[in-house]
Amino acid sequence: MACIEARGVRKTYGATKALDGMDLRVEEGRILGLIGPNGAGKTTALNAILGLMPYEGELRVLGRNPWTERELLMRDVSFIADVAVLPRWIRVWQLLDYVEGVHPRFDRAKAEAFLAKTTITRTSKVRELSKGMVAQLHLAVVMAIDARLLVLDEPTLGLDILYRKQFYDSLLNDYFDRSRTIVVTTHQVEEIQDVLTDLMFIRAGKIVLSCSMDEFAARYAEVLVRPEQAAAARALKPIHERQMFGQSILLFDGIERKRVAEFGEVRTPSIADLFVAVMGSATAAGQGGAR
Amino acid sequence: MNPDARSVPQSSADGMRVESRTVTLAQTFYWCVRRELFEHRSIYIAPAAAAGVALFGFLLSTVHLPAQMRAAIADPARMKSLSVPFEYAAAAIMMVAMVVQLFYCLDSLQSERRDRSILFWKSLPVSDVTTVLAKATIPFAILPLLSFGVVVVVGFVMLLVSSLILAANGLSAAPLWTQLYLVRGSWLLLYHLITVHVLWYAPIYGWLMFVSAWSRRAALLWAVLPPLGVGFLERIVFGTSHLGAMVLDRVGGGMATVQPAGTMPMNPMTHVTPGSFFSDPGLWIGWLITAGFLAAAIRIRRNREPI
Repeated sequence: MACIEARGVRKTYGATKALDGMDLRVEEGRILGLIGPNGAGKTTALNAILGLMPYEGELRVLGRNPWTERELLMRDVSFIADVAVLPRWIRVWQLLDYVEGVHPRFDRAKAEAFLAKTTITRTSKVRELSKGMVAQLHLAVVMAIDARLLVLDEPTLGLDILYRKQFYDSLLNDYFDRSRTIVVTTHQVEEIQDVLTDLMFIRAGKIVLSCSMDEFAARYAEVLVRPEQAAAARALKPIHERQMFGQSILLFDGIERKRVAEFGEVRTPSIADLFVAVMGSATAAGQGGAR
Repeated sequence: MNPDARSVPQSSADGMRVESRTVTLAQTFYWCVRRELFEHRSIYIAPAAAAGVALFGFLLSTVHLPAQMRAAIADPARMKSLSVPFEYAAAAIMMVAMVVQLFYCLDSLQSERRDRSILFWKSLPVSDVTTVLAKATIPFAILPLLSFGVVVVVGFVMLLVSSLILAANGLSAAPLWTQLYLVRGSWLLLYHLITVHVLWYAPIYGWLMFVSAWSRRAALLWAVLPPLGVGFLERIVFGTSHLGAMVLDRVGGGMATVQPAGTMPMNPMTHVTPGSFFSDPGLWIGWLITAGFLAAAIRIRRNREPI
């Protein structure tokens, strides 16, 4: 069964189409990165998946309709909307008490064990904690919930690099177990490249690219072309070209690696580079959702 | 901060699924109410503070107590003056509770959107119906019952202190215990709280919670100004003031239908008239309106995003 299945999901705010017929399918046990420029509809898509807003179209999450069955769905879904949504007035023990009181899948001992490894004390108020500590606290709560789907919307926004790294390390080491599904959006794509199993690009409310990371590595190739061979390489129609230290770096889509190996060093591009190539070319070609 | 302190929780990954406990609706509701008490400590601090002030004032006034008692024994008509501090204490506590109720309602559904914590609350398996009804419990049940309890405790403490002072002055405190209200007065107070503060004022709390769910900011202004505006418009266009009369009747009229005008609820001489209260169609219409406001608040909370 697919964890998330969306067909033609639409959402409009006045004249703005936040989601313009989004189709996506996420299998269970995947770690999906949903990447898109600001205003592409990432948060809107997640809000629809989490049952936070009505939408048009067909959407099933863990076999449920998120809008009409949010309460039931939230027994199996956790999410961190961003680092700043824990109420600032609450004390750590109150937070644990409350979540334990209302959530059937919350393992308090696990959360306490997580917190014991931080400097967060049970009597602290959230407002007294640093941003990084609030993220630790929220993560401790979420990781103690035995959910089947975890949605993270810019979970590490504004955190320093150490917290960011540890955030993803804990998720992978202590939480992800191949039966769970994780969907994450972030602008810091380079940090999650090795974490993801699947990748989607969203633009103007549509999924414009969807592939597994294995497919990604097989399909895209980046070539550091020697200057004298640049013209020959360009003839193979790279989807993007950029200059670095006087060298041309050409990005190819669906080309056999040995065909381009003669031009220079071939490597798998970073998600960020592909993102720039895919999104940047669209911007140059004129905006408005044209593929 | 030492490097260890930064470490995000680590433990061995176990693929085991936590046995899902059953959480009943009643438990969820209970924790939602607890949550409100965590957030709004004024719910119990304010009435307690009012009780403290009332007790302090009462203690200062006890210097006159023996003289008052002697006068009352000489002239039984003056016995009533002995109950004045009790009535004022009760009135002060109830008034404070009322103010807390109003401000609680205005804040109840707006603050979670203002600080974006609604995104956290909605990540838990708690429905909007449960959340809003749990919040409504505070003005509709918790605060009236709490203020009742505080008034009774304060009254009892005042009675004990009075008895001790009178005994120290060689006077009997019996008239205080027999003539005053403690038991009967308490029931009257409870009756007053339930009828007026809960049943009659219900549409006011409903309206305030609706405004709190609907408005993006300045809930107080949205709660007060539109009715005022409509009232003035009515006055200018039609020359009538039905809306104003309706609101005034709601705010001030409860007493008149519950009890004959001009009697304090604490007064044992009060004649309660539940019959006329419950046969007032205004009461039932008010409940319908309250239900409408709460249903709208639930709907809005379901749809609204953080401010």
